[in-house]
Amino acid sequence: MTDFLMPSLGADMTAGRLVRWRARPGDRVARGDIVADVDTEKGVIEVEVFRAGVVERLLVEEGTRVPVGTPLAVIREDGAPALGAVAPAGALPARVRVSPLARRRAADLGLDPARITGTGPEGAVTREDVERAAAGGAPPPAPAGEADRAARMRAAIAAAVTRAKREIPHYYLATEVDLAAATAWLAEHNRDRPVGGRLPLSVLQLKAAAMALRDFPDLNGRWEEGRAVAEPAVHAGLVVSLRQGGLIVGTLRDAADRPLDDLGRVTLDLVRRARTGQLRSSEVGGATFTVTILGDRGVDAVFGVIYPPQVAIVGFGTVGRRPRVVGDRVEPRPACTVTLAADHRVSDAHRGGLYLTAVAGLLQEPGSL
Amino acid sequence: MPDETRAAILRALGRVAPEADLTRLDPARPIRDQLDLDSIDFMNFLLEVDRDLHVDVPEADYGRVGSVDQCAAYLAARLAQR
Repeated sequence: MTDFLMPSLGADMTAGRLVRWRARPGDRVARGDIVADVDTEKGVIEVEVFRAGVVERLLVEEGTRVPVGTPLAVIREDGAPALGAVAPAGALPARVRVSPLARRRAADLGLDPARITGTGPEGAVTREDVERAAAGGAPPPAPAGEADRAARMRAAIAAAVTRAKREIPHYYLATEVDLAAATAWLAEHNRDRPVGGRLPLSVLQLKAAAMALRDFPDLNGRWEEGRAVAEPAVHAGLVVSLRQGGLIVGTLRDAADRPLDDLGRVTLDLVRRARTGQLRSSEVGGATFTVTILGDRGVDAVFGVIYPPQVAIVGFGTVGRRPRVVGDRVEPRPACTVTLAADHRVSDAHRGGLYLTAVAGLLQEPGSL
Repeated sequence: MPDETRAAILRALGRVAPEADLTRLDPARPIRDQLDLDSIDFMNFLLEVDRDLHVDVPEADYGRVGSVDQCAAYLAARLAQR
């Protein structure tokens, strides 16, 4: 038996509200199947299951907000014996009303959890409830739709960037990249392709940033318990700025290894679904670095804030015609400023400079991407 | 037909920018400026138009579909050629 847990969809997520079950007791599920929709500060995320089996029981009712790590369902893995009669949909077992963490915290603070108002599933008392009671506070109001989600998203961003600026000693580098070769290559590539097969320049920039990381493991990974951990794979977190406010980072797995056309297709799809609140759990979190791309609208340069526990963020400023020295002449050429903000505990400016030079070099040879 | 084309444009915009208030869209002004669409959003918009009307706007014609009015005229002309 495996407990299917409320996933952590990013280091900043503490709880999520189960909006809808997509599976019922008795349903067979395959790895990657979407089994639930969960409302987070990032929007409604389609949550996938990572083990094949049969849904034995659902433990949390639709509409319930529970902390990360709470068992949502029991899944009997293939080959495991059945527990007995499968509970019908909606027949939920009795819930523990005080989480173990809350019980320990209440004991530490000398509080009786039975006297604390719970805001967890089915009124369960959570650690946050205990700490709020200890501070004499009232429970927060119930979620109130989009405005509440926007407020929670803002709070999650605030927590992440505050932690980043408090804990991560950033250093910043910038260089201008000539994009004449990349834009010419792209015009040729896109000329006779249908719109679904065309590439935006941002996908070339994304691929160049990811590919160059293969030689810079000190910029691709995370800082964990006082040491750097390099990641063998390159999973790009792509910042999608939401026009209604806030942002969401979608994960493009194996960004360095995907063929360019495939990366373009998945990027367009990811951005569309990020904007319409349809990301899947595998697309939220798990990035090994982040990239933010201003495209053809905006300002010259963007210096990002590293998303903890990652160690680097790459920024591409707006693409425009800039005066560039070509040979002995000054020419107007398409160009952009690419920046790096990196964790100085893990890498130094010289390494960061070599990395940006490698990104710029790849964009001079777009056929190599 | 022009009204149907215009409705298809607005449907496509609604899918790529669900947060936008399309009733405030000025049909004579550039769509991207008004809705703050980036290049990926714009490609997704054209993908939706293609799915709906089966008109693939080539990259060379992007300058002819900037506003709702331009886009509607362009698409109507392409549909009339069939």
